[in-house]
Amino acid sequence: MSPRRITTVVIGAGQAGLAMSRCLADRSIDHVILERGEVAHSWKTERWDSLRLLTPNWQSRLPGYGYDGDDPDGYRTMPETIAFLERYADVISAPVRSHTAVSSVRRGGDGYDVVTAEGEWRCRSVVLATGACNVAHVPALASALPPTLSTLTALQYRNPTQIEEGGVLVVGASASGTQIADEIHRSGRAVTLAVGEHVRAPRVYRGRDIEWWMDAAGVLDERYDEVDDIVRARNVPSLQLAGSPERRDVDLNALTRIGVKLVGRLVAIHDGKAQFSGSLRNNCALADLKMNRLLDRIDAWAAENGIDEEVDPPHRFESTQVEASPPLALDLNRVGVKTIVWATGFRPDYSWLDLPVLDRRGRIRHDGGVVHSPGQGLYLMGIPFLRRRKSSLIDGVGDDARDLSAHLESCLDGGSI
Amino acid sequence: MATTKSPVDNGVNVQALLGARAALTEAPEGAKFQWRASCKWVYGTHSRSTIQKYFGLGQEHEHKTEFTFDADHPEIFASEDKGAAPVELVLAGLASCLTAGVAAVAQHREIQLHSVQATVEAGMDIQGILGIDKDVRNGFDGIKVTYKIDADATPDEIKAVVAQSQKRSAVYDIITNPTNVTVEVS
Repeated sequence: MSPRRITTVVIGAGQAGLAMSRCLADRSIDHVILERGEVAHSWKTERWDSLRLLTPNWQSRLPGYGYDGDDPDGYRTMPETIAFLERYADVISAPVRSHTAVSSVRRGGDGYDVVTAEGEWRCRSVVLATGACNVAHVPALASALPPTLSTLTALQYRNPTQIEEGGVLVVGASASGTQIADEIHRSGRAVTLAVGEHVRAPRVYRGRDIEWWMDAAGVLDERYDEVDDIVRARNVPSLQLAGSPERRDVDLNALTRIGVKLVGRLVAIHDGKAQFSGSLRNNCALADLKMNRLLDRIDAWAAENGIDEEVDPPHRFESTQVEASPPLALDLNRVGVKTIVWATGFRPDYSWLDLPVLDRRGRIRHDGGVVHSPGQGLYLMGIPFLRRRKSSLIDGVGDDARDLSAHLESCLDGGSI
Repeated sequence: MATTKSPVDNGVNVQALLGARAALTEAPEGAKFQWRASCKWVYGTHSRSTIQKYFGLGQEHEHKTEFTFDADHPEIFASEDKGAAPVELVLAGLASCLTAGVAAVAQHREIQLHSVQATVEAGMDIQGILGIDKDVRNGFDGIKVTYKIDADATPDEIKAVVAQSQKRSAVYDIITNPTNVTVEVS
């Protein structure tokens, strides 16, 4: 069967792929969205049960679509998030081909060949919108774990009933790790949390959601070509936030208060003993200082923009409390740890991408989503700080899609591919 | 940020460091270094270490001069106290590494330093090294570094420089994280 021809193939029908579809349609660029499952597939199949979006409802502005409910400050559950994206796909009549997993993207003709079990597409441009969190990263030291321990990743975690009674070591203190630690500990299983570098943030500051402040003060709009070190910015861990209806904080002090035990970064497993770095205090100091710089910036913005009267007065949060001598090693068996949860980050999966576009660390080389490819017309979306600090948020893919669809169209007009 | 208009000079060539960072990002094999020391027993618990050669950027190098460090133990350990105790040299190594980092980070952040003073204290229960109690470790039970820094910056900016210095310090990493050590007799 000869390949079908189309101008653009978008891979992935999450928020990034759908936003791009809408922008391509606005430019009358014919395209198809190939989706391995269904719209919002990762949201449907790779999230734990209690998870809610970290951004408030109002902050899901997609091209030609947004929130119109009566709870703008609430946080969507997963079913609500899925329904939201499904409605968006309907509203924009997104040309989604469901259950069409891409097995290869390679150069073909004057563009690319996209191979699926349902046939092949030849196109002039491809948009990679398959997400940043396809694979749970597990550190190499996991191989030294005693086989008696159960392990699961943040992608496999659904709820505490999956986990046997007994102690749990949660490794990683970003949004996933802190939320999972909070939930498991509240289920009656004593949690130890291994904490490396992390980013602390309050859910609410001066009476407003932290995301409101970051949006209003322009923090989320900072561009990739304006920051000092974009490689570092793209690797910053997620904020320690949860989207609970009570707007609860899940920072380390909040976890300590419910009885979660903090230890340093997990650095080795030796003879059934987990060893932790002695750097916990500094990692907490770094996070406190970084949070306070953000709050300073917010306060300065509030003063400049004359809204000090509308919001609560500035204040600072208690610094992160670290016990005098956190344990540097735990005999996992002896302290009753039965399960380890890896919340040590996610990686995209590009195993199907047969193009020489990866660097030696397996990351796609790109300039703000324009992939450094042998040909033109290859775009990336939906990864941390792609073009802006907000690029990995639902609220961030719209501006990226507008920019990149304009670039894509000018490439097509140039006829150079 | 520092508000001073005059160029900040802590004596650290940040441009050269940034250049090296960029170059080694492209050629990571050049980033493989090997550090060396040799140590000769003198008499009793007194020994003398010499440091001169090292490997890096793909080739052998030498310090401009050979540095020597005498180490011994104090008289209350029935030694002759002909040098600092090895554990004290470790503390000096940590303080030097962090202090170099403070200067470099401050330079990079355009913060003029006027004085930097680190005090390092480390507790140890010598029941460990004497083999009295096997539950007591040989090494420190903790290390406390206290910085006194006079600089053209706010207290939080100074704290951030010290925190960043720890984040990038080799000796801090060596002390806070386990390292495999192989000792052979040839």
